[in-house]
Amino acid sequence: MSITLADAIEFITLEADMLDYGQFKEWLSLYTPDGLYIVPIDPDADDYQKKLNYAYDNAEMRQNRVTRLLSGRAISAMPPAHTVRLLGRYRMLETDETKCIVRCAQMLTEMRQGRERYYSANVTFHLVKTDDGLKIDRKIICLLTSTEALTTVSYIL
Amino acid sequence: MTLLPDPASLVNEDRADGSIYNNALLYDMEMDRIFKRNWIWVAHRSDLPDPGSFITTFVGQHPVIVSRDRKGEVHVLLNRCRHRGATVCEHKSGKAASFVCPYHGWAYGQDGALRAVPQPKGYGDSLDKSKLPLVSLRVEDYNGMIFATFNADIMPLDEWLGPAKIWIDLFMKQGAGWPIKTMGEHKFTFPGNWKIQLENTTDAYHFPIVHKSFLDSVDNQTQNIFDFVEGDGFVEDLGNGHSVMVMIPELVDLEENLDAPIPERFQKLAEALSKDYPPEKVRQIVRAVGGSGFNLNLYPNVACSMAFFRVLRPLAVDETEIRHIAIGMDGGPEIANEVRLRLHEHFQGPLGFGTPDDSEAWDRVQRGALAGYNIDILLNRGLEHEAKRESGLLFSDVTAETGMRAAYRQWLTDMTCETAIEEAAQ
Repeated sequence: MSITLADAIEFITLEADMLDYGQFKEWLSLYTPDGLYIVPIDPDADDYQKKLNYAYDNAEMRQNRVTRLLSGRAISAMPPAHTVRLLGRYRMLETDETKCIVRCAQMLTEMRQGRERYYSANVTFHLVKTDDGLKIDRKIICLLTSTEALTTVSYIL
Repeated sequence: MTLLPDPASLVNEDRADGSIYNNALLYDMEMDRIFKRNWIWVAHRSDLPDPGSFITTFVGQHPVIVSRDRKGEVHVLLNRCRHRGATVCEHKSGKAASFVCPYHGWAYGQDGALRAVPQPKGYGDSLDKSKLPLVSLRVEDYNGMIFATFNADIMPLDEWLGPAKIWIDLFMKQGAGWPIKTMGEHKFTFPGNWKIQLENTTDAYHFPIVHKSFLDSVDNQTQNIFDFVEGDGFVEDLGNGHSVMVMIPELVDLEENLDAPIPERFQKLAEALSKDYPPEKVRQIVRAVGGSGFNLNLYPNVACSMAFFRVLRPLAVDETEIRHIAIGMDGGPEIANEVRLRLHEHFQGPLGFGTPDDSEAWDRVQRGALAGYNIDILLNRGLEHEAKRESGLLFSDVTAETGMRAAYRQWLTDMTCETAIEEAAQ
């Protein structure tokens, strides 16, 4: 049986909850070993690897990113930003028994040092089915403002 | 009439008043006396690869089009139709045979000349098209760096850059024999004054404190390379507000020390390159990929910063836009350019492991400097042992604030310039 939209949404919602509640170490285990976390500048790029992105994280860089956020040694994450994200507008683009591609919208509000900031994004998940349940093979976060000036983001989108 | 602040009372050789970051009147004076009257960096040659290529950007607060015409000449044109003032181009970059105002269809050439207006009869004989081109700024370039200015009387760019030119040449060796090209940029704003960023590019003192978490994320060898605050580096005042901060002296000239062993973090790249290039060339490419060991601060708005261009744009007294422009080898091996992109993403930009912490520090300077009255910002680090080279240029240790003193010396010259004051009064 193909992966259903309901299964995908349940998994994506779990990821969102982990990120808002700072469960970054647990979050790492949601990815495949070759998985990528990508925040592109150019949402239309064919091959993000050949382009400059805001983030193009393999397993090592994701681990580094989490270590940095939890270390207490990064002044921009000390104290950390609080975030609330809401995902919706899910659409299954492709699905079969072992993998699927889901697109959705993400609205995120950030609060840090008395300042509220907002980031909207189109997010695409490439999920794969493993013995250990669904995993992220690719998460691509296309910020609505990706080609404009951002403010710094010391958390995980 | 509002009394303007007196710049001379705000900045001394070794200190400045905290209000330089938050006085809105002073900010307006800076826009007139600094950003209107100096050479302002607008583009790199590779941003305009072909005849007809253009980008849009800003000179101070003024929107401009930087355009390469059919003959290859570069023009910097105010992005303002001569009819009713609308911007004639809102694309960030592209290729265009002409710029047509969307409001009434006035059409301008790549050099800014007014070519045609719809229904010209309505003007009778009164419309002299030759008198109504897009307003052109003065443009000069050095080694691919294109600058523009409103000031017809300023010294040639060559003279303005002076001893900084040698450092620009050294910086461009990151092309490893190929020309340098820009490869995209990170753009972000921070809620603070532009001078806080200007200072930071020549501040090595903060590095091991602010960038602890970045240093935690790299291998031991790289940590050692970045352990430079007690090393043999230096800061040198290059005149006209420019300065260079050499953090890693071994990485000043990337064509030297080619016999040095390839760092661990570049072993994989070196192996891959070895399939296509002889050993000597592999070493040159790998050294270039690692970036330069210095920051060249070109007053007032651009820096050649280790491995990228850092460009600042003041948006308001307490808001500044910063671009970190990635660079690479134009025609060089793609795998090497990809490594450069990943290195850039690692430290730079709003999601990098370095920039957010810098931004946090600047944000705090802006907010903290509002506390109290008449409290100085200190600029005296390294002053005691500051010395003069044979060339006459001042230098001190790598963590010295010599570069900031250089910038503020030029700031004071600009802000108290009689011609500038008269011009602003008109």
